Amino acid sequence: MASEEQLSAIKRAKVLMVGAGGIGCELLKTLALSGFQDIHIIDMDTIEVSNLNRQFLFRQCHVGQSKAKVARDAVLRFRPNISITPYHANVKESRFNVDFFKEFDVVLNGLDNLDARRHVNRLCLAADVPLVESGTTGFLGQVTVHLKGKTECYECQPKPAPKTYPVCTITSTPSKFVHCIVWAKDLLFAKLFGDKNQENDLNVRSSDTGNSSEHSEDVFECRKDEDIEQYGRRIYDHVFGHNIEVALSNEETWKNRNKPRPIYSKDVLHVKMTKENGDTEKDCATGDVSAMASLSLKNPQDIWSLAENSRVFLEALRLFFSKRGKEIGNLTFDKDDQLAVEFVTAAANIRASSFGIPLHSLFEAKGIAGNIVHAVATTNAIIAGLIVIEAIKVLKKDNNNYRMTYCLEHPSRKLLLMPVEPYEPNKSCYVCSETPLSLEVNTRHSKLRDFVEKIVKGKLGMNFPVIMKGASILYEVGEDLEDDMVAIYAANLEKALSELPSPVTSGTVLTVEDLQQEFSCSINIKHREEFDEEKEPDGMVLSGWVEAPVDKDNNKPNGNGESTSNALPTEEILEGEKDVEIQETSGGTETVAGKKRKLSEVDESRNQKKPEKLDLDDEDDELVISDDWESLTKKKRV
Amino acid sequence: MEGQELTEQETALYDRQIRLWGADAQRRLRKSHILVYGMTGTVAEFCKNIVLAGVHSVTLVDERVVTEESLSANFLILPDENLYHGKTLAELCCDSLKEFNPMVHVAAEKGDILTFGVEFFEKFDAVILSCCSLRKKKWINQKCRKLSKPVAFYTVECRGSCGEIFVDLQDYKYSKLKRLDETIECRIEYPSFEEAISVPWRALPRRVSKLYFAMRVIEQFEYVEGRDPGQTIIDDLPGILKLRKELCETNSLNESQIADALLERLVRDTTEYPPICAIIGGILGQEVIKAISGKGDPLKNFFLFDAMDGKGLIEDISGPSGGSGAGFD
Repeated sequence: MASEEQLSAIKRAKVLMVGAGGIGCELLKTLALSGFQDIHIIDMDTIEVSNLNRQFLFRQCHVGQSKAKVARDAVLRFRPNISITPYHANVKESRFNVDFFKEFDVVLNGLDNLDARRHVNRLCLAADVPLVESGTTGFLGQVTVHLKGKTECYECQPKPAPKTYPVCTITSTPSKFVHCIVWAKDLLFAKLFGDKNQENDLNVRSSDTGNSSEHSEDVFECRKDEDIEQYGRRIYDHVFGHNIEVALSNEETWKNRNKPRPIYSKDVLHVKMTKENGDTEKDCATGDVSAMASLSLKNPQDIWSLAENSRVFLEALRLFFSKRGKEIGNLTFDKDDQLAVEFVTAAANIRASSFGIPLHSLFEAKGIAGNIVHAVATTNAIIAGLIVIEAIKVLKKDNNNYRMTYCLEHPSRKLLLMPVEPYEPNKSCYVCSETPLSLEVNTRHSKLRDFVEKIVKGKLGMNFPVIMKGASILYEVGEDLEDDMVAIYAANLEKALSELPSPVTSGTVLTVEDLQQEFSCSINIKHREEFDEEKEPDGMVLSGWVEAPVDKDNNKPNGNGESTSNALPTEEILEGEKDVEIQETSGGTETVAGKKRKLSEVDESRNQKKPEKLDLDDEDDELVISDDWESLTKKKRV
Repeated sequence: MEGQELTEQETALYDRQIRLWGADAQRRLRKSHILVYGMTGTVAEFCKNIVLAGVHSVTLVDERVVTEESLSANFLILPDENLYHGKTLAELCCDSLKEFNPMVHVAAEKGDILTFGVEFFEKFDAVILSCCSLRKKKWINQKCRKLSKPVAFYTVECRGSCGEIFVDLQDYKYSKLKRLDETIECRIEYPSFEEAISVPWRALPRRVSKLYFAMRVIEQFEYVEGRDPGQTIIDDLPGILKLRKELCETNSLNESQIADALLERLVRDTTEYPPICAIIGGILGQEVIKAISGKGDPLKNFFLFDAMDGKGLIEDISGPSGGSGAGFD
């Protein structure tokens, strides 16, 4: 296999790895063993205990240290004479610009999120450097080669949007445990421990529907005359008792639904539970505080009773206030924050109990709340091997033999590793072709800020955008701008599109550029008066980045009858209207839905997974092969 | 429920994989003992995978000492001659493997595996052989089949861009979840290694991977020539082509079915190629985890990979009498 020519190509090559996690560890090892001598590796993460089951270059004693650096040191132990340059940094930093990318012969991605993948894709296109993209989830994985002008780019196929739920399902009519988790995490946890100034639907809804005379702002504030337990019980009674009573008063809602049951703390917990010394304890490190520990609950796989959940709820709340008081107001939910997971589990379970939804263990709740992707060393090792095989083809310029390879859980026509020929670039891809996008928007009401946040950053994934109408710049982000320009741009942000100095109205063509990504696209603006609040919550609709033919073909069962798309849990998808996002960061995903591909087998393997996991198998370490059908199916329905 | 509850430490460490295969499977893994013979690069990959997965113990057997070749694809052996003194490959790999997971017992066993008795093999739930002569493969496979308890048996071989795994789970029963609460009992009967490779080629489906035949030719050549596995050079090609002719004649297979170019690659590139080691070691790791955790459909009974076409294929080489695929009780 290793011919002289090949070996020297490997030795000369300078490669960039993005990501030193599950795939990254395996990849760095396999590259080093294969004879690569100049490897650069970027990863912003530090090592966690839950990485150690597969990120084999890391040990318990490395927890908290830079992944890129520890991975380098570990590989140098068995290949001391090669050069590995680690960067403990975010790949989106401006120093990793197009010139930086141009230094490399090939870029290898082992990333965990869509955002970074898109960013690297654009830089590789701009620098004209081949990209080998990869991802795994559970037993599934895939490797793809992206070569500018020759094969499709990472963004040629539509990418799934994060799973979202309508606000009213979350605030008033949960029917699944995941709805209770979203409520506990994004509403209750955020309200109690997060930024108080952020909009939050929690009490808006309760006062809305009930026409309550209470001052809703005050409910969540600790009063001067109450101790932490009294406060906790008051919160408990408010959210699980009072709010449910209020909701029940709206009879219309419950005509075709089971009515929830209000729960009050005194009915569940008769005696006072707080240890009296609670208030005097000092702040501690995040990891040391646990309500489970102080209540002697050991097994995270156990499902707690309502009383246990209530105790955990009150104890976790007490611990937040007594031991982590300084963080209150700045906390965001983090799946590695034990106390936060305990609180969210307990709150979700109490709510579930109220609505007659089955309760779940902390272990399960953590997986749902943290969008945890299950992951195992074997798949990552296989994928890393496949990446190296493709990377060597790239170095040898073996252009006709690139393969996109799927690692399947269940064989399809005897294949467990299934190579597929790569696809040509999508001629109407807004990233690698110059096809304009179009945007329907109410140009009289929508502000430039809405456009920047929802479209330019939210949908197009730009970090340093410049927005132009013809030659005039409407908005720009950058470090070296003049003060007066900054002021003008800030003022523009607050203006409606049609009222900008250079007005944006129906028929306007905007040019949006990201200087760092060296990526530019045109957007045709089309004025539209009305938008459906539930279905089009952005108040604007971007089109041109999802190709209609892809949708159709993907949902057609294959002639050979292998497609099982009728078995998909479509019920969840129907709820796909945007509102409350369950994910803070969307997981990286790769498409499996090419129009010409016979990928029914991938769909099939996906279907073996439990529906509950299907909604959420995103984020964390590795990519998800699969969400794709979800987005496509959703798109089709919209 | 198998054995004790997982500890807090185990739940934290194995979190991501428990989400994949469940706590019961993890408990079964924790009780399992694995025997590994032949410390190749592929086996190093495999060992990494199952040590990380959290089996109870891994026992390594390889009496050889370090050579340049043993270093080339094996990341368990550090390139430091001071460490090698008087140590076998098994002992060196053992030292590195221990670090991967403090909860797994890794040990090196001394001695000639052909002298080990029933009581030795009986300690294990899975036996994995690599770099093993045809005679040894058959002998150990038979030994495992005669034990009072079922032992999962595997052989694994990587040559250049190609890799092969053989699986013998004897009479394997497992249950799988079919929608919500419904479980079905499955049973698969496996032929022994000797039975499998004796299945006449003409009895096999036409579309069987040519790599399977090519591997048999090479294996037979090494056996009749008394070579150690992987000890072929390009000068052996004429002899190998001659043997191909003989084997094809006895099996009524057209010689052209086993391409010269494929045989030439297998004869020439006998060293392990690290990406292939990672792939084959990964598949093997997954299969062993399936068999000892009772979770998932195990493959029957050959897995073949060739980087040239990128296909990772499962072939059922069991002939008419050797059971056929999954049966349902």
